[in-house]
Amino acid sequence: MTLNSTAAPPDSGTRSLTPRPRRKYNRREALAGYLFISPWIIGFLIFTAGTMIYSLVISFSHYNLATNLIRPAGLDNYKGLLEDPKVAASLGNTLFYAVLAVPLEIIVALFLASLLNHASRGAGFFRTVYYLPKMTPMVATASVFMLLLNGNTGAINRGLRLIGIHGPQWLVDPAWVKPSIVLMTLWGVSGTMVIFLAALKNVPRELYEVAALDGAGPVRKFFSITLPMISGAMFFNVIVLSIAAFQVFDQSYLLFWRDQSNAAPEASLFYAVYLFQEAFRQFNFGFAAAMAWLLFVILMVLTLIQVKVGNRFVYYEGDR
Amino acid sequence: MSVLKSTAATSRDALTGAIDVVRPVPKTDRTGRLTAGIGKVLMTVLLIGFALLFMYPFAWLLAASLKPADQIFDNRLIPETLRPSNFVQVWHELPLLHWLFNSVSIALLAAGAVAVSSSLIAWGFAYFRFPGRNILFGLVLGTMMLPGSVTMIPMYLIWKQTGLLGTWVPLFGANLFGSAFYIFLQRQFFLGLPREIFEAARIDGASYWQMFWKMAMPLSIPSFIIVFLFEFQASWNNFQGALIYLNSGSVDNFTTPLGIAYAMTKYSPTAGGHGDYQYVMVASLLVTLPMLLLFSFGQRYFIEGVATQGRKG
Repeated sequence: MTLNSTAAPPDSGTRSLTPRPRRKYNRREALAGYLFISPWIIGFLIFTAGTMIYSLVISFSHYNLATNLIRPAGLDNYKGLLEDPKVAASLGNTLFYAVLAVPLEIIVALFLASLLNHASRGAGFFRTVYYLPKMTPMVATASVFMLLLNGNTGAINRGLRLIGIHGPQWLVDPAWVKPSIVLMTLWGVSGTMVIFLAALKNVPRELYEVAALDGAGPVRKFFSITLPMISGAMFFNVIVLSIAAFQVFDQSYLLFWRDQSNAAPEASLFYAVYLFQEAFRQFNFGFAAAMAWLLFVILMVLTLIQVKVGNRFVYYEGDR
Repeated sequence: MSVLKSTAATSRDALTGAIDVVRPVPKTDRTGRLTAGIGKVLMTVLLIGFALLFMYPFAWLLAASLKPADQIFDNRLIPETLRPSNFVQVWHELPLLHWLFNSVSIALLAAGAVAVSSSLIAWGFAYFRFPGRNILFGLVLGTMMLPGSVTMIPMYLIWKQTGLLGTWVPLFGANLFGSAFYIFLQRQFFLGLPREIFEAARIDGASYWQMFWKMAMPLSIPSFIIVFLFEFQASWNNFQGALIYLNSGSVDNFTTPLGIAYAMTKYSPTAGGHGDYQYVMVASLLVTLPMLLLFSFGQRYFIEGVATQGRKG
């Protein structure tokens, strides 16, 4: 009885305060609502649900583009994924790139965001300057970096020579292919930076002042206040950057796969590039569709793990 | 928006300042002030250093576009021999006018289509109450998780079977049906509008369409601009889409990114060219400049849009 009475009040209290949503919908209003979202419903049925089913069917088929004939293939394409060494190689390259790129992007973006957050004068000017690379079309970035990264005459190795470092053959030496692309990615890191900057601006200053009174130094403040307070943005950036890293295409294609003169074909074969080649150069649609579904599963598992791990560390403000 | 934020910040400063007067401030001795001064100098040096680092490729690009071919790799930021005629010659060397025209047209179509359709859909989700609304909106957000490569092949087959391969349609057609992130963004904005004004209009006899077109749309111009600019940039930069849908056609039908990739190969010595990279540099400069202009004019929209992406997480 006592248990019941303590449990009941909050329930009935909320009921009396907020009006319950009416069970019955206004028919005219509901109809109008459906009409307004109807473009999305049509688009979803054709371009999302339709293409997903279509893609799944193709992945279990042999598709002949010339005759437009589909012939069932059972698990052949998926077995092919395991047998084709290029699938494993391209997946390995992509994973290697992601492991290298994502932490570096996070560190550089957070560092730049903190710099901007502390800058008293000219923060707006510097933010603009840092953001401009993000506005540059990837094809322009690639054409410039292709020349900057030239192992013999490029500006980057000339610059390194000035400080006594003998620069590598960036776009030729298989070991330096991924770092080259990471370098290009880091040049455009400012999107991530802006998200960090917005999060940093939301950290209440009072926290730092109280911590300073308690004698906390800058390092302690960073790890005990800043990092927990921006963990939501950190979580978002890690997930988005990881997904992007697994789908990296433009950079690798433009620097290495435009023509037949690729100097490092093993090291520069990224998953999305191999998928593209199988689909639109070999027209192995069935195999490429199976590759796409494997990528989908990998991304789902990866994101799920990140969400699971993230939920233990992310601090959400009360209003979320 | 930014004005609001900065006034909030200054009033907070004023508040903490007032508290500081009462409270003994911990470190105001000379060494404290000195380290603070050093910190400030170090910070300014870092800020400028990174700015130079980020600007270097732009300066290099500009310089290279004004050089004769054999001086590109001297890496001077001020060309030894100034060759402004590159900017004239490039129009004869490459069908750049076609490429720019194609790119502008496709980007306008893509951005216009997605901004209007996403607004319509977002208004449907924001204002109306209908069965299944939350489930459907969950589906909208769910589609953001789907990697593009899963739908890439069926999309290609759809456009092939409708006979639209080689046209611009595959590069903007799907935009007519809205796009998840933009629907989310517009809906957030609509939800911020006071519901009362729409209910008042309804009582005054406005139709649902009039409420959307005459009231919600004009009020949502800031978020409409964000969507338009974001999609314009995405379309302008889209390389893979052009590679799939336009690469097999005539060079005149390329977009600028696809054209530049073609030029990179055309002049590459390893592919039988003569290393006339100055033309690639001019074209790269010309494809970048509109984006820099767009940013200088719409900076706050871009920053606001990116920050919204972060808040969504």
